[in-house]
Amino acid sequence: MSTMNTLKPAVDKEVGASRDTVVPAHEERPESAVIEEAKTVGKPFSDDPKFKLRNVEVFYGQDRAIKNISLDIARNEVIAFIGPSGCGKSTFLRCLNRMNDSIDICRVRGSLLLDDQNIYDSKRDVVELRARVGMVFQKPNPFPKSIYDNVAYGPRIHGLANRKSDLDDIVENSLRKAGLWDEAKDRLDATATGMSGGQQQRLCIARAIAISPEVILMDEPCSALDPIATAKVEELIAEMSESYTIVIVTHSMQQAARVSHRTAYFHLGHLVEVNETNKVFTAPEHELTESYITGRFG
Amino acid sequence: MTDRNTQAEIIRQSLKRRYRKERRFRAYGILAIAIALSALVVLFVDIIGKGHTAFIKTTVTLEVDIDPEMMYLDDATDERQLRMADFVEPLVQALLREVPGATEANRDAVRDLLNPYASNQLRDALKENPELLGTTQTMTFLTHTNVDVYVKHAGDEDYSIKLSDRQQAWVDQLLDKGVIETSFNDVLFSRGDSRDPSRAGILGAIVGSLLTMFVTLILSFPIGVAAAIYLEEFAPQNRFTDFIEVNINNLAAVPSIIFGLLGLAVFINLFGMPRSVPLVGGLVLTLMTLPTIIISSRAAIKSVPPSIREAAEGIGASKMQVVLHHVLPLALPGMLTGSIIGMAQALGETAPLLLIGMVAFIVDVPDGFLDSATVLPVQVFLWAGSPELAFIERASAAIMVLLAFLISMNALAIWLRKRLERRW
Repeated sequence: MSTMNTLKPAVDKEVGASRDTVVPAHEERPESAVIEEAKTVGKPFSDDPKFKLRNVEVFYGQDRAIKNISLDIARNEVIAFIGPSGCGKSTFLRCLNRMNDSIDICRVRGSLLLDDQNIYDSKRDVVELRARVGMVFQKPNPFPKSIYDNVAYGPRIHGLANRKSDLDDIVENSLRKAGLWDEAKDRLDATATGMSGGQQQRLCIARAIAISPEVILMDEPCSALDPIATAKVEELIAEMSESYTIVIVTHSMQQAARVSHRTAYFHLGHLVEVNETNKVFTAPEHELTESYITGRFG
Repeated sequence: MTDRNTQAEIIRQSLKRRYRKERRFRAYGILAIAIALSALVVLFVDIIGKGHTAFIKTTVTLEVDIDPEMMYLDDATDERQLRMADFVEPLVQALLREVPGATEANRDAVRDLLNPYASNQLRDALKENPELLGTTQTMTFLTHTNVDVYVKHAGDEDYSIKLSDRQQAWVDQLLDKGVIETSFNDVLFSRGDSRDPSRAGILGAIVGSLLTMFVTLILSFPIGVAAAIYLEEFAPQNRFTDFIEVNINNLAAVPSIIFGLLGLAVFINLFGMPRSVPLVGGLVLTLMTLPTIIISSRAAIKSVPPSIREAAEGIGASKMQVVLHHVLPLALPGMLTGSIIGMAQALGETAPLLLIGMVAFIVDVPDGFLDSATVLPVQVFLWAGSPELAFIERASAAIMVLLAFLISMNALAIWLRKRLERRW
C-alpha cells in the first residue's frame, strides 16, 4: 500500500531540524527500528469504543504534528499516553475535546468519533462536547474565586442545578469524589488560589467531574505536584475509572504503569505501540518502545 | 593547581570590573531620579510660591447707613427705583467715616479703595431684604484689586502698586484698625471668571471640566473596552485587524490639536453643534482618549493568564462566558487604571478645546452640557496670558487645583488597582 511508505529518512531530516531535544534519541535508536506510518504495533482497536479515531492528522501550519494515527479508546478504561517530549501526545489529547480550536494555525484531519458521532462536524456544538469530555490541565488552574464557586461554575453555566440545595449537593459530591471534602468543607468560601498545589489540582478534578462528563482528559496532571499529592491524585484516578473513561498523558512511566489499563506509546507524531499496560512495560513489541521504557532516551 | 589559581585571579579581576560597572549604573539611576525630583520640586515651589496668595482675599467691613434720601430710594421693592438709585454714596460715606483725616474732598480717592462691584452687592442685599432700607448694617465688601495687591505684595518688586502714597497710608491705618482684613478667598471657589481679578473664580472652570469629563468618560470607557474586547477576543487575526491595530497606535500619537480641528470641522461645522459647550469638548476628548483606553485595555486582556481561559473552555463555557465571567473581571483593574490615566490626560488637555471655542470669556457657571463653558487648563491659559499680575497668582492657584485633581485621579487609579487586583 502506498500510504505505508517507510518514512525514516524523511523523519530524520524533518525532525532533526525542528526538534533539537529529540536528536540524541536518533543516535541511540537501534538500526533496525523503523517507524512505519499508520502501522501501530499491539492492539489499538477495541470492541466497545468510546472514541473511534481513524487516520487522525494534525497540522500546525505546515508542520505535521500528528501523523496518521488510528486508535480506539474503550468505554470506562484508563488509557495512558506516553512518549518523549514533543511527540504529539498532548496535541492528540487536545483533539478529543477540540481544545485546539483556539489555536488559529492548527488543523485536524481524519475521522474522530465520540459514540459514533463526529467530533469535528461543523454542526457539532463545542460547548456540548466539552460538557461531555472534561479536561484537567498540567498546571492546576483554579479560577481566582472561592472553592465553592470553582466547583459550582460548570453546573451553573450548564443550568444543571435549579435550586441552591441541588447545587450544594453537586459541590459536595464532586469534592467528595475528588477526596477534597474533608479538607475543604469548612472553608468553601475561601479563595481557591490559597490552597496547596495538590489541593488545587484535586479541586480542578472536582470542577471537571461536577458536570458529570463521560470522559476526562488529563494532560500531565501530576507534573507540578509532589509525590504525596501525586499519590492522592492517582488514587483518585483509580476510583474514577469505574464510572469514567479517562485519558491521561504522563511523563512518568511508573504512573502510567500504576493507573492505566492500556498504554499508548507516541514517537515523533506516530503512534508506535498500544497494548495492555503490563504488556507494554514487560514485553514491548516495538524496539522504540523498549528503548524508551528502559530509559535509553526520553 | 597554578591554572586554577590564575583562573580564580581572572575571575576576581573581572568581578571588580563588574561591581564597578554596577555601582556606576546605580549612580546614573540615582542621578536621573534626583534630576527628575528636583525639577518637580522647582515646579511646585514656583507654583506654590506664586499662587499661595491667591487663596487670600482682602475685605473691608463697614457700618453702612442705608439712608433712603442719600440713595434716592423710597421703596426697595420697586424694580425701577432700584435701577436708578445710588448705591455708591452710602459706601463712600461709610468708608469716609473710617478713614482718619479724610474729608469730602478725598471722596474719589477713598472710593477707589472699594471694589467697583461693592455697590452691586449692596443693591442685591436690598433687593433680597427691602426692609433693610433706613437701617444701619455691618457689611463686608471686597476691596479694590489695587488694595488687594498692595496688602499682599507691598514691597514686592514684581508687582506694581497702583495706589497713591496717601491711599497706601490709609490702607495701612485701616489694616491696623481691623477695618481692612485678609481671609480665605472663598470667592475663588464660588464664582466664575471675571474681568476684575479679585472677583474672578474657578468654579465655572471646575464645573465645565467636570461636565466635559463626564461626557468623555461615559463615551470613551464603554466604547474603548468594547473595542478592546472585540479586537482581542473575537476579531480574526488578519490583515484588516492588523491594519486597525496599527492605526489605533497611530491615533494615540496624533497631536491633540488635530483632534480639535476634527471636532471643529465635524461636530460644529458639519453637525451644527453649538460652540464652547462641554458636550462637544467631551466628544473631542473622547476621540483623543479612546486610543489610550483601547491600548491599555488590550494589554490588560492579554495579561490574563491563558490557563484561566483554558480552564473555563475546558468545562464548556462559551466564548462569551469565558470573556464575561473570567477575562473581564481579571482585566478590569488594568482597564480602569488605563482609563483613569487617559481621563487625567484629557482633564489636562487644552489645545483641542481652544479650537472648539471653549476659550471664550464666560462669567456664568455652566449649568448643562449645552451651556457655554470653559475648563480648568483653558482657564489657566486665559489667566496666564493676562497682563494683570493679580491674574497670574490666580492662574497659579488654578494650576494647584488642577494638579490636585490629577493627583487624586492617579491615586484613585492606584487604589483601584490594589483593591481589585486578584492574585492567582
